[in-house]
Amino acid sequence: MSTTHSTQLNAYGPVLGTGTWALVAEFDSPEKLLTAAEGARRAGFKKMDAYTPFPIHGLSEAIGFRDVKVPFSVFAGGLVGGAVGFGLQYYVHVLDYPMNVGGKPLVSLPSMVPITYECTILFAGLTAFFSMLAYNRLPQPYHSVFNTPGFERATQDRFFLAIESTDANFDTEKTAQFLAEFDPITVSEVEA
Amino acid sequence: MAKSVPLNDVLITGSYNYDQVEEAIGRLILKPQVHKRAWWIFLLGGMMGAGMMATSIGWLLYQGVGIWGNNVPVAWAFDIVNFVWWIGIGHAGTLISAILLLLQQQWRNSINRFAEAMTIFAVMCAGMYPLLHTGRPWVAIYWLFPYPNILGMFPQFRSALEWDVFAVSTYFTISLVFWFMGLIPDFASLRDRATNKLAKIAYGILSLGWRGSNQHWHRYEQANLLLAGLSTPLVLSVHTIVSYDFAISQVPGWNVTVFPPYFVAGAVFAGFAMVMNFLIPVRAYYGLKDLVTMRHIDWMCKVLLATGLIVFYGYILEVFYALYSGNVYEMRLLDQRLHGYYAWSYWALIFCNGVVPQLFWIPRMRKNLVVVWLVSFVVGIGMWLERFVIIPISLTNNYLTSSNKPYYPTFWDFAMFFGTIGFFTMLMMLFLRFLPAINIFEMKDLVHKVLQGTSKVEPSVANQNRRAEEPVTAGVDR
Repeated sequence: MSTTHSTQLNAYGPVLGTGTWALVAEFDSPEKLLTAAEGARRAGFKKMDAYTPFPIHGLSEAIGFRDVKVPFSVFAGGLVGGAVGFGLQYYVHVLDYPMNVGGKPLVSLPSMVPITYECTILFAGLTAFFSMLAYNRLPQPYHSVFNTPGFERATQDRFFLAIESTDANFDTEKTAQFLAEFDPITVSEVEA
Repeated sequence: MAKSVPLNDVLITGSYNYDQVEEAIGRLILKPQVHKRAWWIFLLGGMMGAGMMATSIGWLLYQGVGIWGNNVPVAWAFDIVNFVWWIGIGHAGTLISAILLLLQQQWRNSINRFAEAMTIFAVMCAGMYPLLHTGRPWVAIYWLFPYPNILGMFPQFRSALEWDVFAVSTYFTISLVFWFMGLIPDFASLRDRATNKLAKIAYGILSLGWRGSNQHWHRYEQANLLLAGLSTPLVLSVHTIVSYDFAISQVPGWNVTVFPPYFVAGAVFAGFAMVMNFLIPVRAYYGLKDLVTMRHIDWMCKVLLATGLIVFYGYILEVFYALYSGNVYEMRLLDQRLHGYYAWSYWALIFCNGVVPQLFWIPRMRKNLVVVWLVSFVVGIGMWLERFVIIPISLTNNYLTSSNKPYYPTFWDFAMFFGTIGFFTMLMMLFLRFLPAINIFEMKDLVHKVLQGTSKVEPSVANQNRRAEEPVTAGVDR
């Protein structure tokens, strides 16, 4: 199966930018990528990321990536939304324009539930979307990983692992050899 | 279209690898020649409908709501009937994308994008009606939205109509965001696959620079799950609040506590029917039969049957409440429904929503696409009739007998209704042409799971139910 794949450093050298951004290994299956990511984490690499056409279960654990900023932001967004929804109604019906409707109390809580609820969902939902984009630094038209040869298949059927040159253990030759052990299709040196 | 298609227990039939999945879906966009005459006919028909809608709106704004048949005591008629009908249709999309995601139903993957698009377009159609019903939408902004204005006026937040404004606008916003977020990775796929320069640039911009990094996916999945979790109570609340428009009033036939669950079930019922009305021709025409399998159709039929029974239970309860209440007006309304001037619409409703869907108890009927399509179509009509029975018929029966008056729709009522159907069809055709109709990355994930054997429907189980001549499971080429 894998014997046909030759492992070599990309032939053409630095063209763009100021130097090596990362070494990028290309795999043909999610399982190989998972093994490589797991191995790289065990070998002490920290600044690395994988690029895949669909989310792969267990990849974050293999790379050692933990992040819970989105859920907490959504929770905060929901709280703010609920407060805004309730506050709006309270301001209008109690502070700004108190109006006696059939002798009912100004703060008639049951009738305030639907709008408070809808505002909670609205704010939390928008926070989910925009915080996902913000923490991912999107929109971002340019990124060094797009210089990888054949990277357009990262959204199709290939699985990439990039070990970045800023990592403390990074060494172009040794890291390339290290990546080659995991049966990649290619390992490329990618410019920033 | 085949009369009867054998049922197999897999979510993807045929032999697919990641690349072929993408090719099967992406070609609808990247190879315009797959859209043949039928697509153009529906697009042009839809555009004519949209033109009729625009004309009707223009005349309405010039002339006022008097061009419609609504008049006291029937102040709510076609406009609100159509509003509730459209918003109900939209609910199936959210149900498929959110609730079935939370329940980890993998079969939703191949129909969720399509259903979500339907949600957005249906809510667009729905939203137009209440706005136009105000007659002067440009003035209505301070009746509807709490914006600070020099009149010192604010909307009445204790009114169900105001709850509706918040519910529907939140629903539209969240549905749009949810839909767009799911499209970002697929836009990236299309960007990388497109050969046409213009398409590459357009999808490049829309993909926001998505590069499929693990960090992206990690946060994407968190946000996706949270949005699903938020949309689930949202979709239930939206139709509940729509039903409050009626249920918290005192009009006979409206003041019923069963309305919220019965409206929500009715929404899902109408929505699944509409999904099938569009999806069955599309999967046949564009060769998506391997991705939207007979198993999907079968499951949707079962959802249709279940929600249909809930709705039918609602009809029975309405009769029971009227009789049990001992209220003269409620009982008179019931009598009007069963034997009155509009009795034909009530019995047509019982036939469409109560009787016809019972065909789906028979497995053979669920496999016959012609029957499935026809039943779905009848259900769509039935759900429209349900709102007609609830809204104008109740209003023609006032507390003061002297003000009872029948209701007749005018030409412009129908023009607006068929116009929105045309507008909806046009948007669906454009969606098929320019956006991926099936979620590409989720289908790849499904292929991966089938390969790994972690799919809910195991390939081995699937194979037992297969007929010998059918192709074998999804496979990846190495």
